[in-house]
Amino acid sequence: MTRLNYDGSFEGFLTGVFELYDQKLQSTELVRGTLFQPLLEEKIIHVHADAHKAERVWSGLKRKISTESLNNVFKTFLSEQPDMERHLLEFIRNAFQSPVPVEKDFGNRSTLYISQTARKVHREKHRMEAFVRFQRTSDDIYYAPIEPDFNVLPLIIKHFKNRYADQHWIIYDRRRGYGIRYNHNSGEVEEIQISFEENLSDAFLPESVVAEEEPHYQQLWQQYFSSVNISPRKNTKLHIRHVPLRYWRYLTEKRTK
Amino acid sequence: MVWERVQEKLSILSDAAKYDVSCASSGSNRKNTNKGLGNSSGSGICHTYTEDGRCVSLLKILLTNYCIYDCLYCVSRKSNDIRRAGFTVQEVVDLTIGFYRRNYIEGLFLSSGIFKNPDYTMERLVRVAKKLRTEHRFNGYIHLKTIPGCSEELMKEAALYADRLSVNIELPSEQSLKALAPEKKRTDIIKPMKYLSENIQGFKHERKLIGKAPSFAPAGQSTQMVIGASPENDLQIMSIANALYKTYQLKRVYYSGFVPISNDNRLPKLGTAVPIIRENRLYQADWLLRFYKFSLKEIINEKFPQLDLDIDPKLSWALRNLDQFPVDINTADYEMILRIPGVGVSSALKIVQGRTFRKLGWDELKRFGVAYSRAKHFIVCKDQNAMPRDLHEEKLRQTILGQSKYAKSLSPQFSLFA
Repeated sequence: MTRLNYDGSFEGFLTGVFELYDQKLQSTELVRGTLFQPLLEEKIIHVHADAHKAERVWSGLKRKISTESLNNVFKTFLSEQPDMERHLLEFIRNAFQSPVPVEKDFGNRSTLYISQTARKVHREKHRMEAFVRFQRTSDDIYYAPIEPDFNVLPLIIKHFKNRYADQHWIIYDRRRGYGIRYNHNSGEVEEIQISFEENLSDAFLPESVVAEEEPHYQQLWQQYFSSVNISPRKNTKLHIRHVPLRYWRYLTEKRTK
Repeated sequence: MVWERVQEKLSILSDAAKYDVSCASSGSNRKNTNKGLGNSSGSGICHTYTEDGRCVSLLKILLTNYCIYDCLYCVSRKSNDIRRAGFTVQEVVDLTIGFYRRNYIEGLFLSSGIFKNPDYTMERLVRVAKKLRTEHRFNGYIHLKTIPGCSEELMKEAALYADRLSVNIELPSEQSLKALAPEKKRTDIIKPMKYLSENIQGFKHERKLIGKAPSFAPAGQSTQMVIGASPENDLQIMSIANALYKTYQLKRVYYSGFVPISNDNRLPKLGTAVPIIRENRLYQADWLLRFYKFSLKEIINEKFPQLDLDIDPKLSWALRNLDQFPVDINTADYEMILRIPGVGVSSALKIVQGRTFRKLGWDELKRFGVAYSRAKHFIVCKDQNAMPRDLHEEKLRQTILGQSKYAKSLSPQFSLFA
């Protein structure tokens, strides 16, 4: 048994796939650094992410599968599920090996796993596009903390960039400790890390740092949320299915003072 | 803004607007090309859900709830003793922008009570949309209500700024409209629908021909019917919906279960339950028409003029047509697979794609997301070629009704079968 230990990045993962083919390794597992636990009687190879090698695998895959499946591979990777490397590896192997396209072979477990996992990640991406709530700060930055189930920041950049092209915004993944910042002057999005002072670590910023209008808009939104409810039709089960409890913490309409 | 006053108005005017069901924000193609604010080119987004489980996508408000009409089923009717308020154009614009920038909403759905006259009202609605588009370079979604009886010029202007327009048909028949909304005329409702339909097609055609034309209500038009306030049966309701889809290319017909609001004896009394299950069945039937390639006659006809409340219309169709089952999922057409109870569009697609690689059995079907307990009665697959089946309508119906999903949702009625 051989195990390839990579750094947890997508580039690292693809480099691992490259090494696998390059060194003709059989029965090999790819394991990301954070999950790595050494076992007895095994060969361990440490993979260093290499842009060139990763690119070769990616463009090779591009010739074998559709853009949609290519995106599904990336989304499955972002799911961070413990067994995603195994399924991705099998899917990629099948894709390279088979003379006919395999991406619709849903009877194959890995193919189905990827299509279903990608869908879950996609749903989380869509949820974040819906549940992000910006708070306007006094220095005119629109700030939104989130804690998504999957690592979806890379997937939502385009949406928010297109939508809020004329405002300065930050979306911060509190679980994974990094965020994205858009500057409307440059039109660029960059990755950032913030060390939070204690009073800024809550879901909602204190009144001392937000714009004067901010509490008013939050209150108006809460008013709106309660006014549009039709109480004879109350259906808490349905409500929670659409807005699962774990997201409430960052939702302005659910904020209690 | 005077915050407290605006909040009070918001509470009155969103409360009055909430009976408009539509909250769609999809189907438009307005891209953010001017580095302005917003984008509505993708699919719709529900930013939150009300506690009754409905999508909140748009800021849905009335410009005012003052109204010169006295439609019985409407909370804003002239004779109703309620708090009245009206927004200024600027207030609506500020609210929309403020909410949009915080990612609370996809855009604005603006309707209004009719004050002075239809043109006067419509002109105000158009002014809001115009201001958002031109002064604020707003590319978010705008849905405007067309006021029945307003001029064609105003309608045209509205369509140039809005993504979607709608005029509510209100009640399923002309007699009911006469009885419950005496000042509204059916022709005043149909006329704008017809006008919009012709022009939406016209502009589309023009864009195809010369490559460029202003976008004219790019997300099309929709309408709404109140269900359960008047005596029409489901056949009448679905026939109207079907005709609207076919004749005027409506994007959506919404069905709104009547929520009793007064003790007038021409309407269901206060405390009467909202017909939620019936409403749900109508939407399911509507979906079968639009996405499952069913014809109206198959779902509902003179012989079955009322949708079955106990089971969904697709299952109901299958039970009436047992001679078409079981279906072999390894060989049947996509259209037929789509008709199997418990199989949806996405699992049907997986079946027809997946079966080209290998024969499919129950394991695969379950993993594809097929509702096994319902579908198993209607399917033949690799694992089971000649299992004896009990293909008797009434018996099968009761077997399925005994299964958990139905038993739970309708328990009081079904203790009978237990």
